[in-house]
Amino acid sequence: MAQVSSIAEEQAPNPLSASKSVLLRISRFNPETDESNKFMEFSVPYQKWTTVLEAILDVKKHFDHSVAVRYSCRQATCGSCGMLINGKPRLACFTKISELNSDVVTVEPMNNFPVIRDLAVRFERLFDTHHKIKPFLIRDDTELESNEKEFLQSPEELENFIQFANCIKCGLCNSACPTMTTDSSFVGPQALAQAYRYVADSRDKGKDSRLDIIDESHGIWRCHFAGSCSQVCPKGVDPAMGIQFLRGYLLGFRS
Amino acid sequence: MKESTIMKIHYGTALASVGLVAVHILMRLTTGFSDSLSYENVLANYQSIPYVVMLELILILLAVHGFNGLRVILLELKQGRVYEKAVSYGCVVGMIALIGYGSRTIIMTNMGMS
Ligand code: HEM
Ligand code: SF4
Ligand code: FES
Repeated sequence: MAQVSSIAEEQAPNPLSASKSVLLRISRFNPETDESNKFMEFSVPYQKWTTVLEAILDVKKHFDHSVAVRYSCRQATCGSCGMLINGKPRLACFTKISELNSDVVTVEPMNNFPVIRDLAVRFERLFDTHHKIKPFLIRDDTELESNEKEFLQSPEELENFIQFANCIKCGLCNSACPTMTTDSSFVGPQALAQAYRYVADSRDKGKDSRLDIIDESHGIWRCHFAGSCSQVCPKGVDPAMGIQFLRGYLLGFRS
Repeated sequence: MKESTIMKIHYGTALASVGLVAVHILMRLTTGFSDSLSYENVLANYQSIPYVVMLELILILLAVHGFNGLRVILLELKQGRVYEKAVSYGCVVGMIALIGYGSRTIIMTNMGMS
């Protein structure tokens, strides 16, 4: 049975503006001891600007310190706090309760990631696939050898990839991707978007080796244009578009 | 074979099928649909060499496309070295078997061995 707890009026951080409250449902699950997850429910006061992460931290502070959640920057930069919020993958620190337009906020761990405990998930697969596409500039010379101190780039050349360089490795795209759910070997939208980020970088010379890596049976072709990755990306990366651009190279429409 | 080569074939067979199946349907429209499947008409169609060649092409294109599609679905459903090998070879065998059986029907009917 879920039990509803609420912060007493005098405990609220600012009683003057704590006029509204929301029912926060937190998924609790410890894979070592539990067979399935349970929801704990808390009534939490919130302001127009209160984020879901702040509400979860409120619960940790006032009701149950054992709720497991990963976070760091609280400003959509570190990519730690991805979770399902009312069923959709979002950053908890970048989602205001008021924008959800709901009296109930349900938080669960991201899909397609193994759960460590409660809301915290393992990122090994994301980091492995990211690493696999060689997320660095590939070229024979280095800036140490060349006369110029840096590899110059025109604003137009920067435009080609800068959007894709905004990725914070939060994994929301991989969590939303339907192929990731059944194909445990799929390279995934996050890594594919990063493959494009480097292939499109005028300083990079590793296009062919990178295209070879993604051109395999669990590579880029296992994307079926669902587009959910781009819908959930909090940084406007648009992995689905990067994937189509990469396909262009492999099908001979781009060079 | 490279996955991109396979997928080029997959998209190519899909596009070619759209064209050929359109011709196939248009030719069926020359008679009413009920007449189209009457015994004599079916046999007569198989006597026309250009039409038979087209049917054979559609058979090959859609067998290649369909079985590769099935391979894709199965590869995404479950993973594992042995399983994936079985799926890949199984689909090639299925493809060849279907083309073989279909061709047998087409050739035998064309030669009047019904
Ligand atoms: C002539 C019309 C057809 C066109 C234009 C067409 C096109 C396509 C395309 C573009 C894909 C790739 C989709 C993706 O990667 O997400 C696909 C997949 C597939 N096709 Fe077709 N196809 C046609 C007919 C058929 C027929 C008649 C069959 C059955 C024999 C078939 C079976 C499949 C299968 C099983 C897949 C794999 C499922 C998937 O990848 O989503 N297709 N088709
Ligand atoms: S592409 Fe977007 S959603 Fe995917 S990991 Fe990067 S920032 Fe997160
Ligand atoms: S806490 Fe860093 S992205 Fe949310």
